[in-house]
Amino acid sequence: MIRQLTVQYYALLREQAGRREEVLESEAATAAELYEQLARRYPFTLAPGVLRVAINGEFRDWTTPLRAGDAVVFIPPVAGG
Amino acid sequence: MSAFAFSRTPIDTLALRRELSDPACGGYAAFEGWVRDHNEGQRVRALEYEAFEALAEREGARILEEARERFQVAHAACVHRIGELTIGEMAVWVGVSAAHRHEAFLACRYIIDEVKHRLPIWKKEHYLNGDSGWVNCERCAADASTHQTPHTHP
Repeated sequence: MIRQLTVQYYALLREQAGRREEVLESEAATAAELYEQLARRYPFTLAPGVLRVAINGEFRDWTTPLRAGDAVVFIPPVAGG
Repeated sequence: MSAFAFSRTPIDTLALRRELSDPACGGYAAFEGWVRDHNEGQRVRALEYEAFEALAEREGARILEEARERFQVAHAACVHRIGELTIGEMAVWVGVSAAHRHEAFLACRYIIDEVKHRLPIWKKEHYLNGDSGWVNCERCAADASTHQTPHTHP
């Protein structure tokens, strides 16, 4: 099933994707599958193991099923403070 | 009062401190994080902070609430800068007021530690030699490429 999703990029992922946000059609059933697809399209250097995922503004598991209209953010290792 | 906020302008600690004052409080503890001129052997010229603000504000508010409950302090607040900062500027401020100093110190320490670990905030360092890098990201990336780590599901 193809779903329309919004993906937002921050920090290193933003630079490597060359954009802050995009709306795309994807068959990815989970955030893990979506990142795998995006990593084939963009020169991402971060392995999924060092990232966290947020869906619709809240931290979620990589295996959370994606629904049409979801806003997905992959969160690189943080460095606040 | 319990507030987490981002600021694009210098942090006014006196105004923030005033908001924590309370006749029931006998102790106030604060932490200021400053931009340092070096990190891991590199001379740093400037920093750039970026945040996923909506999520960071919600998670930041949760951290402050946890601190108030866990240490029974009266008020807790935190402000984090985003954008470009130069050496010596304040990047983050945490303030706590409580009946007694012990709880105020503990809560302050808890908040800054959790903020550093949990909030989606990123720091790009600009070095004197002209290079730049995202803190905690470049080394992960280097490790990944060295070991040819496949993009497997975690």
